[in-house]
Formats: sequence, C-alpha cells, structure tokens
Amino acid sequence: MTIDWKNYDPGEFYDELISTPGYARAPARNLASWLRSLSYEELQVRKLDAELAIIDKGVTFTVYSDGENIDRAWPFDIIPRIMPIREWRVIEAGLKQRLQALNLFIDDLYHDQNIISDGIVPESLIAQSRGFRKECIGISPAHGVWAHICGSDLVRDSDGTIYVLEDNLRVPSGVSYMIENREVTKRVLPELFENNNILPVDDYPEQLLKMLQSIAPGRRKQPEVVVLTPGIYNSAYFEHAFLARSMGAELVEGADLVVEKDDCVYMKTIQGLARVDVIYRRIDDLYLDPEAFLPESEIGVPGLMRAWRKGNVALANAPGCGVADDKVVYTYVPDIIRYYLDAEPLLPNVPTYRCNDKQQREHVMENIESMVVKPANESGGYGMLVGPQSTAKECETFRRLISKDPRNYVGQPALKLSTAPTLCDQTLEPRHLDLRPFILQGKDTYVTAGGLTRVAMNKGSLVVNSSQGGGSKDTWVVDNEG
Amino acid sequence: MLSRVARRIYWMARYIERTENIARLVNTYHFLLLDMPRGTRIGWDVLPIITGGYDLFSERYQRHDERNTVKFLLADDSNPGSLLNSITSARENCRTSREVLPGQTWEQINELLLYASAHVGDALPRRGRFKFLTQIIHHCQQITGLLSGTMSHDHAYDFIRIGRNLERADMTTRVVDVGAMSMQGADDSDNIDVHVWTSMLKTLNAYQMYRKDIQLGVNRADVVSYLLQNDYLPRSVVHCLDRVEECLGDLPLQKETLKPVRDTRHRVDRIKPEKLDAEKLHQQIDQLQTGISAIHDQIRKTWFG
Repeated sequence: MTIDWKNYDPGEFYDELISTPGYARAPARNLASWLRSLSYEELQVRKLDAELAIIDKGVTFTVYSDGENIDRAWPFDIIPRIMPIREWRVIEAGLKQRLQALNLFIDDLYHDQNIISDGIVPESLIAQSRGFRKECIGISPAHGVWAHICGSDLVRDSDGTIYVLEDNLRVPSGVSYMIENREVTKRVLPELFENNNILPVDDYPEQLLKMLQSIAPGRRKQPEVVVLTPGIYNSAYFEHAFLARSMGAELVEGADLVVEKDDCVYMKTIQGLARVDVIYRRIDDLYLDPEAFLPESEIGVPGLMRAWRKGNVALANAPGCGVADDKVVYTYVPDIIRYYLDAEPLLPNVPTYRCNDKQQREHVMENIESMVVKPANESGGYGMLVGPQSTAKECETFRRLISKDPRNYVGQPALKLSTAPTLCDQTLEPRHLDLRPFILQGKDTYVTAGGLTRVAMNKGSLVVNSSQGGGSKDTWVVDNEG
Repeated sequence: MLSRVARRIYWMARYIERTENIARLVNTYHFLLLDMPRGTRIGWDVLPIITGGYDLFSERYQRHDERNTVKFLLADDSNPGSLLNSITSARENCRTSREVLPGQTWEQINELLLYASAHVGDALPRRGRFKFLTQIIHHCQQITGLLSGTMSHDHAYDFIRIGRNLERADMTTRVVDVGAMSMQGADDSDNIDVHVWTSMLKTLNAYQMYRKDIQLGVNRADVVSYLLQNDYLPRSVVHCLDRVEECLGDLPLQKETLKPVRDTRHRVDRIKPEKLDAEKLHQQIDQLQTGISAIHDQIRKTWFG
C-alpha cells in the first residue's frame, strides 16, 4: 500500500503541507511525491530507523512520574514540516522586532519607566507582576539586553495567519531537540536533501556562544562561558548537557561556583579556582542566589546577584527579565512595539482578553466554552483550560478561579491550530502543531532557521507539550525558488 | 576540569572496583571453607572484619553464620559497603557525570544494578553463589574495559585510574590480612597454610601468575611478598601505587599528593615477610592501610574542592 494523498483530509484546518486533498503546497511538492513513491511498510522502516537513531544518540527528556525521574526517548515524527522561505523571512523579521522591543521595555521598567508615565501600560501591571524584581532596578546589562535567549511559540489559524501565542523569556527549552531532529532526518531521509534547498539549523551553538561572549564584562580575549544547570533531575538536563558540550563550555551546578570577596564568580576546577565571565543559567530567578532570593535554594550560588550587580559577571537571561514573560504583559506587546520602535508589529498577537478588566472578563466568562483560559505565569501547558474540550464542570471551576484572582488569567478564542501529515498507526493523518523558533540578542540579533515544531500526537488534541503526550517534527525552511 | 566531576568519577571507579572485590572475596572464601578440615577456627565472620563492617554486622546479626555473613556483604541495605550498595553508589556517581564518560558506561552500570538486584537472592544459598558472583565480576571487568578502550585518556581518566588502583591496593592489603588472621596461633607446619595462601592468591586472580613467576611452592612469605611487592602483578600493592603515581604525574598541583604515595611505597618496600609472624604482619598491614587513606585524604583536599 502506498500513500494516497486524496484520502488525506485536514478538514476545516489549514494544513502545512497539503492545500486540498490530493494537492501539496509548492514547497512540499518534492516531499509529497517522494512519499508517494514509498510503500507504507518502507515508511515504517524509516520510522524504526529514526527511533533507533534517537536511542543511539541518547536524545531524552526527563519526566517525573511515580516518585521517580525517568529518561524517556524523545518523541519524533519523521515527516518534516515545511515552511517557504518567503513566509519565513517575514516571521524572522517579526521575531527580531518583538525581542528588540521587549528588551527596550524591560530596560525601561528597571530605569525610568517612561512607558508607564506615558500611559501605555498601567502601573498596576508591574506592581502585580510575579516576574518583576526590585533587586534589578537601576542595573544596566551590556547592550541594554535583558532577555538574550527567547523562544516564541507561533501558531497558524485556519485562515493561514501566523500568530504569536507567547514569548518564553525565562529559561526557554527545546533548541537541542530542534538540532537533533535535523540530525535524525538527515540519517533516515537522506534522499530528500538532494532535491530541496533546506536551510541548515546546526549553527545555533556557534551563534549562542558568540552571543554569550558578546555580553562578557571586561576585555578578556577568551571569556569563560559556563552553562548553569539545576542538575540531572531537571526535565531539560539533556539540553543543558547538549548545549554545554556543543559550545565547549563547562556544565556547572550551583555548588561548582563560588563568589569570592572580590565579588567575582569562580568555578572550582582541579587546577583551583577559575574566573567565570558569562553564565548561561538554566535556573529560575528565585533559585539563583539564596542570599538575594529564596534562602532555601540549594541549587543556586550565594552572592551571584552581588557579582552581577557589580558588573563582574553576565547572566543570560538577566534576572528580572521574566517581567515581560507574563501573559498579561503579552497583551500589550503590540503597543510596546509601537511605543519603542515607532513601527507596526510584523507579527500579530492572538486576540487576548485580560480578566482584570471588567468588560473583557465578562466576555471571557460568557464565552468560556469557546475559549482557552491561561494563568498569567505558568508554562508547560499546566493550569490551563481548553474550553471546547472541557466539561461544563471544568468551565465552572475556571469561572470561580478567575473571579478569585482576575489579574492571574487571560482568555483567548480557541484557535483552529494548523495540521501537518503525521505518521500514525495505519497511515498519514493530520495532527495539530505549533512552532517554537529561538531568538538570540546580544550585540547582534539572530533567529534560528525554523525552530522546534511540536505536534499533538493524539487525534484532535491541541496539547503539544512533550510532558503531555506531544511529539516533534523536523522543521524545514525551504528555498526552492532561487 | 570541574572538581565535582573529578570527585564523582573517582568514586565511581572506586565503587566499581569495590564491587568486583567483594564478589571475589566472597567467592574465594566460599571455596576456602569447603577445603578446610571440620572444626577449623576460622569462620565466616572474618569477612566483615576485613571489609571494616564488623561492628555493624554484630549489631545487626546475632548469629555469625554463613548465611548472615553473605547476606550482610552482598545484599544488606543497612551496610554501606555491601555489594548492592556499592553498585548503587557507582551508578549515582556515573549518573551525575555522564557528560565526561562514554555513553555505554551508564547503560552497563544500569545493567549491572538490574542484574544484581534481581539475582542477589540466588547467592545466599551455596548453590547459586558461584554463578552470581562470577557474573558480577564479568560485568565489572566489562565496564573497566569499556573505559580503558573507549574513553579519552585525559585527566578524567587519570581520576578513574587513581580511584581504581587505590581501591585495589586497599583490597589487596585486606586480603593479606585475612591470611594473617587465619594463621594467628596456628602452627607454621600446619597444612592449612597452603590452603589459606592459595585461596588468597585466587581471590586476587594471582594464583596462575604466581605459579608462573615463583617456581617455589605456596608458602606465606613468598605469597605475601608477591601480593605486596611484585612489580608486575596488577593487583599487588606496589603495582597499584606505581600506577597512582603515574597518573599523578599528569595532573596539576600533584606535589602534595605524591608525598604520601611515595611514603607508602617505601613502607611496602621495607616489609620483610619472612621475618614477620602473624601478629606483626597484621600490624604492618594496618600501617599500609593508614597510608592508603592518607593518599585519599590528600587527593580529596587537593582536587575535590
């Protein structure tokens, strides 16, 4: 049996590869006809090859279950998701614009707060934000950049429009899987790389290192960059180790670092103490420094904030940058872009209703069955309600939660997330997906070519998080025009 | 290289070596006792004495019989030096330093733990003991071989070799001690002598090598000298100390640690086994063990931050 594209029907959803049953979109034509030349059995063999490659390479993520941490093989679907380069260039510019504006916004909040005195965002927004850190007021990180690494989630609605769903500015993860997905695809579908001009993605570690070096304080020729991990029990430990290894940087834990009397940071090596210039930290703000934040933190480094405030070490992302990673602040991003850059946003936000505003709250309450309700400060898909897929009882629970703490909730119309062909038990079926590109800002700005496509493997599901049954796909930005 | 990583892989190597050594020890002792005439003075509780867990053992068990001793050494959760606990510690140390080790190390240590937990019960009765212990020894040797054959021989590997050789030297001194203790109060002409020292050689896989190198018969003085002072036997104390010294040569800040290594080496050189009775031999061994732990202390102070 071979694939019959005529039977592949995404219905009311926008499909990334197939425009109408039987017809592939232009950049996906090579892929679609090649897939048609394979039998279903051959596809299954490629799928097994991919699974073996993932096990061989040790690509895992960690889940906490039954009181134990288990390393699971990374879930991967071999059919790539394809994006034409012309569309991608617009997205790329939009993402750069967004991060630049967000960094100007954060820097403003920790200095003069002009955006508040000019009445663009309300003061209460900052006062009630869980990500605002008064310890950061008056600090000026290199190049005015606070959020150096950003992972923005993009989704496509049924009319084909790409929206930004959220900006992850704290410790976004997933980039290592983007790189590994490409490695696996090159192993199991090598034929496809001959006829398609696919932008490479493996320069990310190099770009990351360059960015991190560009924010180093002082003028050392070879600044010492380290990756700070909470340790092996963290769900993204694989990524921490991956990035450290591919940048040639040490992977350190809090106990490996020490702040000496000179307020500089050192790591403990077998040669003695070695000065550290830049820390790519994968630990949340509140655990970074028990002297400044949670005293019970055992994964942090006492005195780290002191060293950072004195400008003796750079932290990426900077503490306090989470103020802009807040689903209420998100609703103001278009205004933030206009305010700082004097330009129209290139990428739209999903229309979002703030529950602390009476009118908007009422709209959410009344239409909760057709909306997605999210807490302002959670990530990983936790604590949210997908109205169309919830029971009346669940909707009622969320109505109560919202009235109790309106500032903490926003509502969005449930989008009809786009789909792409995904290898399922019997054949290729449409599954919903999103896209997380990664943006770097230091001295320069950089966007990955594509990003990590996450796919909800269960039929009809909209939840793409790997901790909740999501899988992933290699993402191709294809330049078949020139 | 980070101090933490050095510490963890050093301990990983020690625990793997310790696992192998416990297995060897129980195995040989098992066969030695089968050969002993009925009513011989030496009993199973010699083993907790030489592995340094006798107080805990007495506390935990009323009867110091074979079953309890073997259980204590292999499976007892409350004994930090038990075989199962050693494997668990090796695994924890490996888990937290995977980025400097070949990927298969983690898989093989996992396999080792799975096998040991599933089958340790087989080793409590005599019948299944040999098979279990032999499997454990094979697994450990496989891991040692994997590291030697696939890991870059850099500083990380130096710490692995240092850990392995210190643990090995320590165990060899303990094995000689068992011999000494078995002989206490015994008549030298006693036929038991040959059995005991043959067993000690076998514990360290040194019997065949001894036969090849020393054409004289098995007797205490020669065996003790062989196990402590032979330059070529991989488990002799001087051989292990020389390997440690070799590794130290590659490391930064090694000066302070070289001193206790050389002191201990000289102490071994000065031992004249033919002139020592059982009691004096025991005292000498005691001092060697103090020397080995002084080396460990200095390593900890210098590199483990």
